[in-house]
Amino acid sequence: MAVTDQAKPATEALAATAPDKAARIVVRDLNFYYGKTHALKSIKLDVPDRRVVAMIGPSGCGKSTLLRVINRMYELYPGQRAEGEVMLDGMNIVGPNVDLNELRSKVGMVFQKPTPFQMSIYDNVAFGVRLHEKLARAEMDERVQWSLTRAALWDEVKDRLKAPAAGMSGGQQQRLCIARSIAVRPEVLLLDEPTSALDPISTLKIEELIDELKKDFTIVIVTHNMQQAARCADRVAFFYLGELVEVDAAATMFTNPKERRTQEYITGRFG
Amino acid sequence: MSDRSESEHIVKSYDQELSRLRGLVTQMGGMVEAQAANAARAVMEHNAMAAGYAVQDDLNVDNLEREIADFAIRMLALRQPVASDLRMIVASIKISGDLERIGDYAANVAKRSLVLNEMAAPYTLSGIGHMCRLVQENLKITVDAIGEDNAERALEVWRSDIMIDDVYSAIFREQITYMMEDPRNITPCTHLLFIAKNLERMGDHATNIAETVHYAITGSAIPAERPKGESGFSTNRSIGS
Repeated sequence: MAVTDQAKPATEALAATAPDKAARIVVRDLNFYYGKTHALKSIKLDVPDRRVVAMIGPSGCGKSTLLRVINRMYELYPGQRAEGEVMLDGMNIVGPNVDLNELRSKVGMVFQKPTPFQMSIYDNVAFGVRLHEKLARAEMDERVQWSLTRAALWDEVKDRLKAPAAGMSGGQQQRLCIARSIAVRPEVLLLDEPTSALDPISTLKIEELIDELKKDFTIVIVTHNMQQAARCADRVAFFYLGELVEVDAAATMFTNPKERRTQEYITGRFG
Repeated sequence: MSDRSESEHIVKSYDQELSRLRGLVTQMGGMVEAQAANAARAVMEHNAMAAGYAVQDDLNVDNLEREIADFAIRMLALRQPVASDLRMIVASIKISGDLERIGDYAANVAKRSLVLNEMAAPYTLSGIGHMCRLVQENLKITVDAIGEDNAERALEVWRSDIMIDDVYSAIFREQITYMMEDPRNITPCTHLLFIAKNLERMGDHATNIAETVHYAITGSAIPAERPKGESGFSTNRSIGS
């Protein structure tokens, strides 16, 4: 067999995961406080463009806090403050003078429990778009269809777009929430335990969806399900007591983590 | 082969299963060691009873390999292990496969010893005796490395396999000489060559196990290319195998 210059050993090819693109979100020296509680300590993390980063760690480790920093949701609560840098498109999310409307149109979020609005399926998706853009009816129809299609829901609901969203199953509601988040065409999608309230099949559908969505969006997911992190994420970050202990490619984290605390947590020895 | 100093799992039965799996692998290692010892005695002491034991044990070794595979697959399905646990469980499957091969070769050596006993052979058995000792020693260190989680001992085996290769090469040349001297030597010398080849293969499988143990413990492959026997030997090897 001819050996060309391009030929690489099979082991090398197997070890190679998709190369990381440039970082879309750059976190540097981030500290976060709930009153006097120091909840995040000098976090340094890069979230590559159009990749999935999963944050794992025991309860209270700071992973959800970091998620809430990325769309500045903490600002809704008094006594909570962030110091440091979370850069998105040259803007420091935690800095002063941030246009929250602009930020939240760039950073969508989906929560643990589906939160459909008390309105029709169509209006749920159109709601956010109407806040940011003035679209003609045909354009809006197109946007709703695009969003529902991307959220792998269109085929199931296309004949009942005017039906109330509350009548859908839990898994459908969660996909509707994802459709609603992506309808405003954000750059970043934050998922806070998006499948913890769902049955296994709905969970798999959402995971499949995440795989599809990363072609267009940069995704950060918080999950308590280690297998989910292993399945969905390109990179996995392990948090413990407010510190980022280790971040690496998912395959490396689950076969050969470098840090002892990571090893013990993911193998179920503490947490 | 996970790091022993690690704390325990939250789920106790998980730890129990891991230690049972480790127990099965070391038990199989012990059995194969005994098989190799019996095979060596069969050849060196013309001991037909020892040969019988080596052959009979093969069945038990095969059964244990199946038990390890079943148990490991069960654990993979039910525990969804990761990191060191995952490496240890997958290593168990690989190691039991290598041990099973070593057992097969030992049984084969034992069977040939019975044939050899019937023949007038021109050679001394000192070379084969040397090989038997080296193989048994490496096998023992390998099994110890499994039981003790010792990556260093595994490396020791990995490095020293070259000696076995060299002795094999010497035996090969010696037997060729005998065969050229007198064609009546061809049959016994060929049997002896096969015995040497089987011993050499046992050493290679012990090396495979050493590599697996090293990976299971450290999470990384042994970096360098393994030292091999003398150069030009590859042609001999293809004839001898």
